[in-house]
Amino acid sequence: MKALIWCAPYKVKVEDVPEPKIINKRDAIIRVTSTCICGSDLHLVDGFIPFMKPGDILGHEPMGIVEEVGPDVDKSKVNVGDRVVVPFHISCGECFFCQRQMYSCCDNTNTKPYIGETLLGQATAGILGYSHLTGGYAGGQAQFLRVPLADFNCQKMPQEFEDEKLVFLSDIYPTGYMAIQHCNPQPDDTVAIWGCGPVGQFAIRSAFLLGAAQVVAIDDEQKVPERMQMARDAGAITIDMHDEYVYDRLLDLTGGLGPDICVDAVGMEAHGYTMLETIYDKVKTNLFMETERPHAVRQALMCCRKGGTVSIAGVYGGLSDKIPMGALMNKALTIKTGQTHVHRYVPELLETIRQGRIDPSFVVTHRMPLSEAPHAYNIFREKSDGCIKVVLDPAA
Amino acid sequence: MPQTQQSAANRGVHTGDGRQRSGEGPLRQFIQEHVPSLTPQNGHQAHRQNVADGERVVSVAAGAILAGLGLARRDLTGLAIAGVGGALAYRGATGHCPMYQSLGVDTATGEQHRRSAESRGVQVTESYYIRKSPEELYSFWRNFENLPQFMEHLESVHNEGDRRSHWVATAPAIYGGQVEWDAEITADEPNRRIAWRALPDSDIQHSGEVRFQPGPGDRGTNVTVNLQYHPPAGQVGRWLAKLFGEEPETQIREDVRRFKRLMETGEIPSIKGQPRGTCLGHGTRS
Ligand SMILES: NC(=O)c1ccc[n+]([C@@H]2O[C@H](COP(=O)([O-])OP(=O)(O)OC[C@H]3O[C@@H](n4cnc5c(N)ncnc54)[C@H](O)[C@@H]3O)[C@@H](O)[C@H]2O)c1
Ligand SMILES: [Zn+2]
Ligand SMILES: [Zn+2]
Repeated sequence: MKALIWCAPYKVKVEDVPEPKIINKRDAIIRVTSTCICGSDLHLVDGFIPFMKPGDILGHEPMGIVEEVGPDVDKSKVNVGDRVVVPFHISCGECFFCQRQMYSCCDNTNTKPYIGETLLGQATAGILGYSHLTGGYAGGQAQFLRVPLADFNCQKMPQEFEDEKLVFLSDIYPTGYMAIQHCNPQPDDTVAIWGCGPVGQFAIRSAFLLGAAQVVAIDDEQKVPERMQMARDAGAITIDMHDEYVYDRLLDLTGGLGPDICVDAVGMEAHGYTMLETIYDKVKTNLFMETERPHAVRQALMCCRKGGTVSIAGVYGGLSDKIPMGALMNKALTIKTGQTHVHRYVPELLETIRQGRIDPSFVVTHRMPLSEAPHAYNIFREKSDGCIKVVLDPAA
Repeated sequence: MPQTQQSAANRGVHTGDGRQRSGEGPLRQFIQEHVPSLTPQNGHQAHRQNVADGERVVSVAAGAILAGLGLARRDLTGLAIAGVGGALAYRGATGHCPMYQSLGVDTATGEQHRRSAESRGVQVTESYYIRKSPEELYSFWRNFENLPQFMEHLESVHNEGDRRSHWVATAPAIYGGQVEWDAEITADEPNRRIAWRALPDSDIQHSGEVRFQPGPGDRGTNVTVNLQYHPPAGQVGRWLAKLFGEEPETQIREDVRRFKRLMETGEIPSIKGQPRGTCLGHGTRS
């Protein structure tokens, strides 16, 4: 089968590899019908999460048709022929964390927990196509995919919607939604969202779905005008980080209080706001004084209103520096974060699609065959050709 | 020492005495596989290792990437980035950081202390909450023939009567392939505790104990496993490494974790045999 392979930082290629087989008795094999490229894939490909091995298959946003199930799969939950979305993380449904619906923290699915334990103190769940930090599982940018503990992880989908309306239930729709929902938004709240990438776009729409009074989106009007326009189309007020003072605008928009909820939907490869800050982080990352560029978190902490909530959806992997702890502590802020607990949200978000309250395909700008995935990675990284979200077709 | 305190110490990433916790053996293996060209050769003692392994992985990776990034840019800042990246990769690969040396920082000594303890035998205590009843966990463990399902170094165990069993463990072929011994149960408290030991005339001095105690709330059963392995009398050195590889404590910790996973989910997560690419064009299975 064809699969997208990581070879070296910034280098991926499509290669012929063997088809996956059932390894454990609760595995299923999925024929992938749609699979997407995510901002997290960029962190992995670019080497910011340095646990990829050459030859690893990428991809964690797949859906498809079940082709084969192992002998111990509970067939009342999933069976051959079912149409399923596969959450990006693999969960067991049984452990301490799964019982508390913290599925991305599952204790039983990461095959190499000792890496996470050394780097993070404890390991996260296994994640598809997401480096050996999260178990080294072969990913979903491929024609076929093995799904462990399939009766828990395969999310059955109805036939009536096309792939593009459903596939984002694997990651970015629940991610944008959780980023707002777990901050417990109130009807008079202002939500500010850094980053108008796919995750930011779903956070903006989720904030409205959850009844926020005002949504403000921050990104770069010169680099990504189409993303800013998409944010405005959803009803958000936009701030151009390139030309405007983000802090001043946010305070003006909130009667001097600052936003109640501040969401980082940017992550570890953020662009700096000032020359000084940018140079600072460049020098520090070079000296391994930090491993990432936390510009958006820093600004979110400074802008957030006293007693407000900062929600970190953007991914970080290691050590960040110059986090304004003074702001965090003295302003009585709450931090909400985590890899998304996808399984928790799939039923209610599927319902929002059914009810026509959202059509998740709004975010798709590019549909390409899997064979063109390396080009797709380039335009998505460069934000060129108006690229916001790419859906790959493995059959084409 | 109370049980909870002891297991808390076992779980510390860095314990007070500078010991680094279990993961570091497989991590070292990961560095060796991942960046073999950067792994120092044995006997290369020009600079002593003073950067702990977890940190080295990140240094190597961050350094290599930065060097690559810097070299891709043909201007002055690019050159500067490449230089720093190279230094980082050096630090990660050799385990030696000139800056740490000048600051008198040594994050690796604890690991070396611990390694010399290997030659004195292995004693490991691990505990996990497992979301199953003491009854289920006890009865699975009480049938020693189940142990090879989660203890990676065991090839087979055969019960011979109610209290006696015959154990076969795998060792690398160059060391003879197998070690065998007979064991007997020394304590059996249904749903609470099992203890066993190798018979006194065995090639190996081994004893073990597992306790099952109800955990707080809905956290399941607190399972505490205590295992001891000692080289046969008179025989010194690396005997245990033959059985467990370089890091016996880590291996045993992972064994107990496999028991938890097997009990909670019915399986042990695995990626053995999944497809992967070669970057040349003909994929393989790993
Ligand atoms: N928590 C989770 O489970 C989860 C799931 C999916 C993705 N993510 C993470 O979410 C983040 C965003 O993902 P994406 O797919 O939208 O990525 P993306 O790269 O397409 O979008 C990032 C956007 O942030 C903008 N940006 C960069 N620096 C900024 C700054 N300083 N201020 C404001 N905007 C800035 C960029 O211009 C870009 O539009 C990534 O870090 C990704 O790893 C997390
Ligand atoms: Zn994703
Ligand atoms: Zn779990």
